[in-house]
Amino acid sequence: MTPIDRAFRLARWGGVVTGAALLGVAGVYVRALVYTPVERFQGPAQKIFYIHVPSAWGALLGFAVTGVLSILYLWVKDRRIDIAAAASAEVGVALSVVLLTTGPIWGKPIWGTWWTWDARLTSTLFLFLLFVGYLVMRGVVVDPGLRSRFSAVIGVMGLVLIPFIHLTVYMFRTLHPAPIVLKPSKPSLPGEMLVTLLTSVAVFTVVYLGFLTQRYALGLIRDLREREAAGDA
Amino acid sequence: MVGLVRAATVIALKDLSLELRTKTAFASGLVFAVLVLAILFFSRDPTAVASRDIAPGALWVTFTFASILGLNRAFVLEHEQRAMDAILLAPIPRSAIFWGKFAGNLVFVGTIEAVSIPLFVVFYDVAVWPYLPSLLLVIALATVAFVAVGTLFSAIAVRTQYAEMMLPLLLLPFLVPPLVGGVQLTARVLDGRPLSDLGGWLRLIGGFDLAFVTLAALLFPVVLED
Repeated sequence: MTPIDRAFRLARWGGVVTGAALLGVAGVYVRALVYTPVERFQGPAQKIFYIHVPSAWGALLGFAVTGVLSILYLWVKDRRIDIAAAASAEVGVALSVVLLTTGPIWGKPIWGTWWTWDARLTSTLFLFLLFVGYLVMRGVVVDPGLRSRFSAVIGVMGLVLIPFIHLTVYMFRTLHPAPIVLKPSKPSLPGEMLVTLLTSVAVFTVVYLGFLTQRYALGLIRDLREREAAGDA
Repeated sequence: MVGLVRAATVIALKDLSLELRTKTAFASGLVFAVLVLAILFFSRDPTAVASRDIAPGALWVTFTFASILGLNRAFVLEHEQRAMDAILLAPIPRSAIFWGKFAGNLVFVGTIEAVSIPLFVVFYDVAVWPYLPSLLLVIALATVAFVAVGTLFSAIAVRTQYAEMMLPLLLLPFLVPPLVGGVQLTARVLDGRPLSDLGGWLRLIGGFDLAFVTLAALLFPVVLED
């Protein structure tokens, strides 16, 4: 079996995992809408929570994995690590879009505003923009070796930047109190809601793994083809 | 250690003497800074917001854009004429190239900032004289942050297509902490608050400097190696 065949088989496996995970997302929504009680204060708007929080988890998982793989790449210098890091960043960016879209949809009826410059929102936004920059950079560097090294450098820098941005926005807020936004204090979650949420988090982890496997396999195929074209495979 | 300092000094002096002879980058950077300061003056409703209220923000947005403009060209000469190959062949540690470039950029950006401050005072009618030492400390701390990350990313951006687009895209998320801190500190300093009141923000920018100067120096050789 050639490396290309193996990569294609991996991509197919990734497709199976993604398919199962998407069925799982549908299942979570059936459970969330039919079998989970409506939240007393927020009403049906709270249902978006079961997709918002798990996508946040998936996005942060994706970016954290990219950061860790970047450090690993600088150490081991294996291009497969770079391909995996990029795949993870792509999935992270995709799930961030879900996160940053579902957030305002919920925020408008509940907080009364689409957006607020709260520490968590702002950190997510800049994290998202940072990794969009990372992916754009990968698109405009032609040499694969150069691309891997530059990506790893940005990945490591990004990992260190996150706590600084979080702290910055936190200090900005505490020193300059904003007009009070209607923000429900976090209710301790009743059992049925908690089960739905945790199921959804598990399902989104599988979504992440499915996407990651597929993108990684495609990255491998692309890398092999590029090297074939360059005549050194 | 002595070799590293000497090599870095030589690289910084090379950049600065090239700049001193042509003055193109400095002149365009300065004109750009004046333009941004002037345009931002009009970015408010004069009947509702006093120019002094937006002054700290205007100053830092100007510094940010002027720094990006300056940093964009930090490696252009080396790249276009492949002079970087010659520098890499020189028997000096790779980190000396970072420190030399870092020092040269620091002087370049610092000079543009130094010339912008009197214009800022005149345009925005703020009294800086009594608070000058504190203000200069704040500017120095944030500028070190801008230039450290900027020097590293400039070396990356110059080797991509669309280099002038890539640098701001990569750099701006990293400028959030020093930029926000710079604005907050400048506003408070110009309000006459003593530095001892501002420990939190000073520590934030100081910590950022420490973390990212170290990280940039460590990662720079990875960007260069061929």
